[in-house]
Amino acid sequence: MSVYLLRRLIQALGVVLAMSVIVFIGVFAIGDPVEILISPDADQMERERAIAALGLDLPLWQQYAIFLGKAVQGDLGRSFVFNEPALQLILQRMPATLELAFAATFGAILIGLPLGLYAGLKPNSVGSKAIMAGSILGFSLPTFWVGLMLIMVFAVQLGWLPSTGRGETVEILGTRWSFLTADGLSHLLMPALNLALFKISLVIRLTRAGVRETMLMDYVKFARAKGLSPFRVTFVHVFKNILIPVVTVTGLEFGSTIAFSVVTESIFAWPGMGKLIIDSINVLDRPVIVAYLMIVVMMFITINLVVDLMYSVLDPRVRLESK
Amino acid sequence: MRDSIRMAAAAAVSAAAMAGALGASPAAAQQVLNMGVGSPVTSLDPHYHQLSPNNAVSDMIFDKLVGTDAAARNIPGLATEWRAVGPTTWEFKLRPGVKFHNGNDFTAEDVVFTIQRLPNVPNSPSSYAAYARPIVRMEIVDPLTIRFHTAAPYPLMPMDMTNVRILDATTHANAATEDFNAGRVAIGTGPWRVLSHRSGDRIEFERNPNFWGEAPAFQRVNYRMVTNDATRTASLLSGDLDFIDQVPTSDLARLRRDQNMRLSETVGLRLIFLGLDHLRAENENSPFITDHEGKPLGRNPLRDVRVRRALSMAIDRKAIAERVMEGAATPSGQFLPPGTFSHVPDVQAPAYNPDMARRLLAEAGYPNGFRITLAGPNDRYINDSRIIQAVGQMWTRIGVRTAVEAQTWSTFVGRAGRQEFSSFLIGWGSNPDGSHPLRNILATVSRERGWGASNRGRFSNAEVDSLLTQALVELDEPKREQLLIRAQRIAAEQVAVIPLHIQTNIWAMRRGLTHTPRVDELTRAQDVRPAAQ
Repeated sequence: MSVYLLRRLIQALGVVLAMSVIVFIGVFAIGDPVEILISPDADQMERERAIAALGLDLPLWQQYAIFLGKAVQGDLGRSFVFNEPALQLILQRMPATLELAFAATFGAILIGLPLGLYAGLKPNSVGSKAIMAGSILGFSLPTFWVGLMLIMVFAVQLGWLPSTGRGETVEILGTRWSFLTADGLSHLLMPALNLALFKISLVIRLTRAGVRETMLMDYVKFARAKGLSPFRVTFVHVFKNILIPVVTVTGLEFGSTIAFSVVTESIFAWPGMGKLIIDSINVLDRPVIVAYLMIVVMMFITINLVVDLMYSVLDPRVRLESK
Repeated sequence: MRDSIRMAAAAAVSAAAMAGALGASPAAAQQVLNMGVGSPVTSLDPHYHQLSPNNAVSDMIFDKLVGTDAAARNIPGLATEWRAVGPTTWEFKLRPGVKFHNGNDFTAEDVVFTIQRLPNVPNSPSSYAAYARPIVRMEIVDPLTIRFHTAAPYPLMPMDMTNVRILDATTHANAATEDFNAGRVAIGTGPWRVLSHRSGDRIEFERNPNFWGEAPAFQRVNYRMVTNDATRTASLLSGDLDFIDQVPTSDLARLRRDQNMRLSETVGLRLIFLGLDHLRAENENSPFITDHEGKPLGRNPLRDVRVRRALSMAIDRKAIAERVMEGAATPSGQFLPPGTFSHVPDVQAPAYNPDMARRLLAEAGYPNGFRITLAGPNDRYINDSRIIQAVGQMWTRIGVRTAVEAQTWSTFVGRAGRQEFSSFLIGWGSNPDGSHPLRNILATVSRERGWGASNRGRFSNAEVDSLLTQALVELDEPKREQLLIRAQRIAAEQVAVIPLHIQTNIWAMRRGLTHTPRVDELTRAQDVRPAAQ
C-alpha cells in the first residue's frame, strides 16, 4: 500500500515538472507579457525597466532555473498583474470554485442517480423515455448558451433568482462560503445547475446502462428467486455493483469541473479560479498560469487516487498493488 | 389628539424643509449604487499598474493635483492653481483644509512623497515613473505651495499631474502594493472610502462625508467586475446592477427601445486606425504583400504615398461606423476629436472614393493592384475582427486582394511590435493633447528621446519630428497648439497611418439615474447621480 502511494507521488512530481516546462516554453512562444501589461504610452526606457523588473530580460533557461529554485522552497513566483504570490491568489479563489464544483457534483448525483435508476428499472415507460430524451439535451447544449438562457429566464424575465455574483458569504476558518446563507444559496443555484447539467445526463446514462446490465445477472435472478423484496434487490444487490463506473466518472468529472469551470464562472461572474486563469492567460501572467496548472495536476492525481481507494471499498476483489 | 397630529405634521414638514436646505434628499443619500464594469481592476495601489480600470477606481479613492472634467480639460484638483513661474519652474498652489480618509492633513510634504514613490514601486508591470522623470528638484515654498524644477521647459507638467494620485506621507511611508490591495492603506482624499476589496470580483465603497468637492450622491457603492458582455447587460436588465459600462454594440438597439433603461454616450479619445509598413525600403519586400500570383513584388508599395492614399480612400468609413459599429463610432481623419486641444480643424475623415483610389493605384504603377494581408486583434477593440473583414472587402474592390488575419491580442501585439505585418488594425487612446499621439505613434523611433514607442509601422518624417521637438519645449499654449496642428496635418497628408474612426463611449443605467459621460472612458461612481424628478 505505501509503495503504491509512493509510486503515485513520484509520478505526480514527474508530471508537474513536465507541465512547468511546457508552460514556460508555451508562454514564451505566445508573446511578451510586458507588451500586454504596459501602458501604451510607456517609452522604451520604461519598457526595459518593466522587463527587468519582471525578470524577463534573462534567457529562458535561466528564468526557469530561478523559478525551480524558488518552487522547491514553496514559492511559485509572484503574479505579474497583481504583484501577489501566485499560489496565494489561486488559493484565495479556490473555495468559490470548490463550492460550485461540489454543489454541481452532488446535484448531479442526487438528481441523476434516481432518474437513471428509474429509467433502468422501467426502460419502456413513458417517463424513462422522457428522461433519456432530456439527457440528450443535457449532453448537447453548450454551457454558455444554457447559462445565458438561465439568466434570461430566471433573472431577467421571472426575476426569481439573482443574475450574477456570489451573494452574501459567511466566513469559516478564514475562507468565505456562500452556501450557508439564503442569499448565497440563491446565487449558487443557477451556476451550479448550469455546471451540473452535463453531469446529470452522464450519471443518468451510466446508471441506466449499469442497471439494465446488472438486472440480467445470475445473482440478481437468484436473489429474486430467493424471494428477496424488490427494494432489497435493487438497493443492495444491484445498486452497489453499478456504482463503480459512476464513481469513476463523477470523480474524474469532478476534477475537470474544478479545473475548467471557466465558462460558467465567467458567465455568472463567479469569482473563482476559472475566471482567474482565463484572465491570466489573456495577459500571459506566467506565474499564475504555471501555479494553476501545477495545482490542477496535483488535484487530478489526488482524485484518481481517491477513486482507486474507493474501488477497493466498493469491490473487495480490487486490490491496490504495486506491480 | 388633533393638536398632536398637527404637531407631527409640522415636524415632518420642517424636517423635509431642512433636508431640502441641505441640498440632498435623504432617500437618495441612503441608496446603494450597484455598478458593473467590464474590465477587471488589478490593483488598488494607484502607482502600480497604469491601466484605465485601475485609474477609474483610483479616481474614486484618491485625488490628483490637477483633475480633468468630462471632456478631459484640466480643472483644479488638490491644486487650486498652477503656473510656470520661470522657464523651468512650475508652481502649484495646494487646496487648504483637505483631509485624508484617516483624518491626516494634506500638505506639500505629501506631494513630495508621492512623486518620490512613483519610480519606486517594486515589480510594477507598467509604472507611473515617467511622470516623475522630468522633475529634477522639488521645492516646498510653504505647506500649501510647491515648485517643480525641470531640466528644460516642460509644458506638459499640468497634464502629467492629471495622472498622479496623491498619497499621504505618513500613512503610506512603507506601504506595499499588497497593503493597498488588502484595503488596509487604500486611503486617499477622494470622494469614496474603500470598505472591502475582493480582487477580480468587487470593491465596496462608502462615501467620504468630508470630501472637499461636490458630495457623492450615494451612501454606498458596489463596484462589481462582470467581464462577460452578455451577462453584464442581463444583470442590468434583471435589476441586479444599476449601471454598466462597455455596453456591447449588439445590445444597443434593444436598450434604446427599453423604457426602463437610459444610455449615456460621448465621442471618446480612442482612435481605431490601420498601421502600415514604412520600415521596408522602396526596393524591399514587405512580408505580407505579393503580386496576384503570390510572387514577391520586389518593392514595398506602401512607401508610395499614392498607394497609402488609395487604401485610405477605398474605405467607406461611414458604412463601418453605421453597420459594423452600430453607430457607436465617428469616422475620423486624425487622432483627436473636434473640440480638443490641437485638433486639426481642416483635416476631415477621408471621403469614400473607390474610383479615385483605383486611379491613384494605377498612377503609382499598380493598375491591377496587389495582394496584402491585413492583420488585427480579435479580442481587444470593439468589433475589431469585423472591422478588418469590412476593410478587407473594400480594399479587394479596388484590386488590392486582401486576406484578413485576426488573432488574440497577446499574440498580435508582440508580432506588430516586431514589424512582422504589412498592415494591421490597432487603437490608440489619446490624452487630449496632440503631443501624445505624435510622440508615441508618429515620431521617428528613438530610444534616447523616448519617441515612437508605439510606432509599430516605423513612420518617419523629419518635419514632423522637428515640429514636435519645438512643441515639447514651448510654454506658450497658442503657439504650442499651432505647432502640434502643423505636425499632425503633415502626418495626415502623408497618411502615416490610416485613421478609421473614434469610438463612442457608452454606459447604460436604469431609469432614475443620470451619468456624465467621460471622453477618457473611466467609469467612476461620482459621475452617477439620481435623475432630477
